[in-house]
Amino acid sequence: MTESGKPILYSYFRSSCSWRVRIALALKSIDYETVPINLIKDGGQQFSEEFQALNPMQQVPALKIDGITIGQSLAIIEYLEETRPTPRLLPQDPKRRAQVRVISDVIASGIQPLQNLSVLKQVGQENQLTWAQKVIHSGFNALEQILRSTAGKYCVGDEVSMADLCLVPQVANAERFKVDLTPYPTISRINKTLLALEAFQVSHPCRQPDTPPELRA
Amino acid sequence: MQQVPALKIDGITIGQSLAIIEYLEETRPTPRLLPQDPKRRAQVRVISDVIASGIQPLQNLSVLKQVGQENQLTWAQKVIHSGFNALEQILRSTAGKYCVGDEVSMADLCLVPQVANAERFKVDLTPYPTISRINKTLLALEAFQVSHPCRQPDTPPELRA
Repeated sequence: MTESGKPILYSYFRSSCSWRVRIALALKSIDYETVPINLIKDGGQQFSEEFQALNPMQQVPALKIDGITIGQSLAIIEYLEETRPTPRLLPQDPKRRAQVRVISDVIASGIQPLQNLSVLKQVGQENQLTWAQKVIHSGFNALEQILRSTAGKYCVGDEVSMADLCLVPQVANAERFKVDLTPYPTISRINKTLLALEAFQVSHPCRQPDTPPELRA
Repeated sequence: MQQVPALKIDGITIGQSLAIIEYLEETRPTPRLLPQDPKRRAQVRVISDVIASGIQPLQNLSVLKQVGQENQLTWAQKVIHSGFNALEQILRSTAGKYCVGDEVSMADLCLVPQVANAERFKVDLTPYPTISRINKTLLALEAFQVSHPCRQPDTPPELRA
């Protein structure tokens, strides 16, 4: 923690995983400091010895809070949920909680890791766009189907949940990779509704301390 | 998602292994698979997510198909080494007898199958003594034995224990 006692978030403005946690912190009105980790500069600041000691996975986000450092965005969000339970990010009913976790895991295990920076590097520059689009289409096909039975105003019913925190950043990734979203009307509708909420706006990549000037809102 | 596992239980069907396990934990809470303390619960989830998001999806069947047959072994080994390097470091501060302290948790349920994957891809486990030790201890437990790939209804005869 800083001398002020605030949690510290290690984040990259454009990292979709970091954005998930930024939304959670905003929704729960948790004041925090950002330490930007640039994933491209200097060969990738996440690979520094200093950062590796903080997060052995050498990835963002990582959150320093309550005397511990947690990596893995969903583990961070579940910790915030358990220690700062209002407002809720997971429903009370176990079956609906399972729906939230399924959607979150589809995105956080089934889509994002397959199109993250380190995988794209290995795929080779000429193949990157095709690879990323394939991965996202595959995952969004499944997600659209799932959401048709779980969604109300948001991913699961009418309350914002961890699933929504995962959805919006993944749609932003899809747009960045020029994925055609026409086959996914439910995903698009929910994304649009969520982007109008304040927590999704203040946490947006275009409004971060490390947002480059040309991308700043 | 067109993937296994999926569990049909209590009138619903759940995919995604960790979502299934968390549902089982919430509806059938004993014996525990997650500690009571939120910080230790976070450690369990971090380790589980490192494996379930950071390693396994990158070396699963559909990704390997796309990588191409001549590259598959190298790709899988690279992915697993990368993840196990991080995991070994994490476990050095969280592990007791098992991944987090001395109680079996969801993290252990993720570790053993991933080590089996590593062995299948001929990953050298010498750099990972903590992972190896915990894996060995867990494999001696009955739940890890009855669930083993070599003892399933669909295990091919030549691989059956």
